[in-house]
Amino acid sequence: MNFRNFKLNLSNKNKDLIPQILTVLFLILVVIYFTINAQSNMGNRGISFGFGFLSQESSFDITFSLIDYDGSHTYARAFLVGLLNTILVSAIGIFFATILGVTIGIARLSQNYLVAKSAEWYVEIFRNIPLILQIFFWYFAALRALPLTVDSINFYDISFLNVKGWYVPKFVWTNFSIFFYSIIFAFISIYFLAKYAQKQRDKFGKQIPTLYISILLIIGLPFLTFLIGGVSLSFEIPELTQLSKTVYVYQGGVSIIPELISLALALSMYTATFIAENVRAGILGVSKGQKEAAASIGLTKGQILKLVVMPQALRIIIPPTTNQYLNLTKNSSLAAAIAYPDIVLVFAGTALMQTGRAIEIISITMLTYLSLSLSISVFMNWYNKKMAIKEK
Amino acid sequence: MIKSIKTWILVGFASLLLVACGQGGGGAGSKKSKTLDNTKKAGFVKCGVSQGLPGFSNADEAGNWTGIDVDVCRAVAAAVLGDADKVKYTPLSAKERFTALTSGEIDVLARNTTWTLSRDADIGLTFVGVNFYDGQGFMVRKASGINSVNDFRDGISACTNTGTTTELNMRDFFNSKNIKYEPIAFEKADEVVQAYDAGRCDTYTTDKSGLAAQRTKLSNPDEHKVLPETISKEPLGPVVRQGDSVWEDIVRWSLNTMIEAEEYGVNSSNASSLKDSDNPAIKRLVGAEGELGAAFGLDNDWSLRIIEQVGNYGESYKKHIADTGILPNRGPNELWTKGGILYVPPAR
Repeated sequence: MNFRNFKLNLSNKNKDLIPQILTVLFLILVVIYFTINAQSNMGNRGISFGFGFLSQESSFDITFSLIDYDGSHTYARAFLVGLLNTILVSAIGIFFATILGVTIGIARLSQNYLVAKSAEWYVEIFRNIPLILQIFFWYFAALRALPLTVDSINFYDISFLNVKGWYVPKFVWTNFSIFFYSIIFAFISIYFLAKYAQKQRDKFGKQIPTLYISILLIIGLPFLTFLIGGVSLSFEIPELTQLSKTVYVYQGGVSIIPELISLALALSMYTATFIAENVRAGILGVSKGQKEAAASIGLTKGQILKLVVMPQALRIIIPPTTNQYLNLTKNSSLAAAIAYPDIVLVFAGTALMQTGRAIEIISITMLTYLSLSLSISVFMNWYNKKMAIKEK
Repeated sequence: MIKSIKTWILVGFASLLLVACGQGGGGAGSKKSKTLDNTKKAGFVKCGVSQGLPGFSNADEAGNWTGIDVDVCRAVAAAVLGDADKVKYTPLSAKERFTALTSGEIDVLARNTTWTLSRDADIGLTFVGVNFYDGQGFMVRKASGINSVNDFRDGISACTNTGTTTELNMRDFFNSKNIKYEPIAFEKADEVVQAYDAGRCDTYTTDKSGLAAQRTKLSNPDEHKVLPETISKEPLGPVVRQGDSVWEDIVRWSLNTMIEAEEYGVNSSNASSLKDSDNPAIKRLVGAEGELGAAFGLDNDWSLRIIEQVGNYGESYKKHIADTGILPNRGPNELWTKGGILYVPPAR
């Protein structure tokens, strides 16, 4: 009877809201339903559910870890080792992919025919071959091409490259923390110096040579700790040891395993092609008039690129490049194929196998990748905002 | 208003669909012989095998699977469906195998899987027996001058497969000897072989049968040798899901029948002629006496079909392991009557 009135009372806004709330409620119900369903199924099959295994002893060893680890540590610790290895290879990959990508991207726009064509060929070849094949190629090509330990490639008797890895000297510090704090202190001083210099310039037009003072601070302060802080540094150089008639190994020093080298190489060379295309698009996206105007006031080619084109191009380059960084991080999970102990191999591989806790481990791994990706995303969005045109 | 009605209908439909999907996956293993019923309905046995391990489960160019693990699945198919060829093989990595079994993608896992307490008790699996007694060993280059595990020194690098008991045994072994080692674990066996072949590691460790089989894939098999020591017990056997005891018994006794048949000298060529044998044990094996099949809901010729179509354990071993040169000597996998440890409960 009052139906018509009731309908009229609903504002447009509420009408839209009700289906949305119901949809959300429904989605929550679906998740709960599937959780209960999975639990009862697992119960029927005699599989228990829980995260207690994380504190159990893992009893397997890992080739390469940034923190202290062996099989007597827990599964949680093994997870951390895998996570750090994933972050390490992603960071190295992103670093080199960016340098290589920017170089190739600029090279593609070069006036020099040979440079432009080589860059184009590079992009077309490396972005059109599946990444997993490239990883296998670099790994097995490297293994086949590198010499055995006893015939290592020798870099000035301090560093050695062979099929078992790249051995570099290890830094042995005493009182490292003092040295470390001195660097942090230097950076803080530079920050305040820059603020002070800016104030002086704005208020009184006085120029303070911040660059020279900064360099002095960043070199001088840590150097002082060597003289008076009791800090010292020595090198542990890898040494060739014979294990049996034909088996040799370098001991001491730091070993960079071939799995890491080839994975980082493959990831950065592959991702660099996409970044190069972003850079090219960004530069071409800056209108020609800008370059001509810059040239007409007498800027050199380098200055035009650095001062006029790049600041504008970056706005176009950053968002799609963020995607590439995310892709690289996720692609690093292919590491498992060549025995690089990343989170997929260590945690979603060995740990999953030993414990049989598929649901728990896969959800932890998925959440980890999600948070990694979101962190990169947040950082890149912050950087993008910083680079965006500030309208006054 | 029309728009919002549409939304309502869509939401309603979506919910119906999802609930329907959710219920489809539920409640396996609640009824006792569900796996047997499903197998009969489907017309084939769903069997999980390795991704290629000569002698155990390996596919030829035509896609035909052979090996002693494959023969377990063939025996189950012969017993249940009357035809040993009615098997659907699913190649699985070490990592995938247990999930594939517990989720119902396969019903029998015959994939050189080591029987351990935690696997048997903790993750919803049941081991039904042992079809190969193995142990972990090491392979090295002959030229290396390493003749025994006692020649291993600090800094040795060892390649193996990830997610297997070998990874754990390796650690136990090197720890007990107090040797620092570099473990390099690959997901697939082929990559282990390639990396070892390229010199990435000094030794390759896995089950000895696996070493013998993988050695044939190296570029120069003659330059490598397997060290004499065995560092672990690896009883390999077929696995089924926990909770379907009838199916569990069928798989267990299919394997036992093959071993018992060898013990009584019954093989694929003489089985049918032994129906009027004087020995009641043989008569039971070929289905001429007793009602043994009825216990699983099978007919009385189930064991005869296994022996006729697949052969006894000795025939299977000879064909896949001995004649292929993997392990010509049966070692512990000989019958208990001949000095080995193969001993199965009597079929009666």
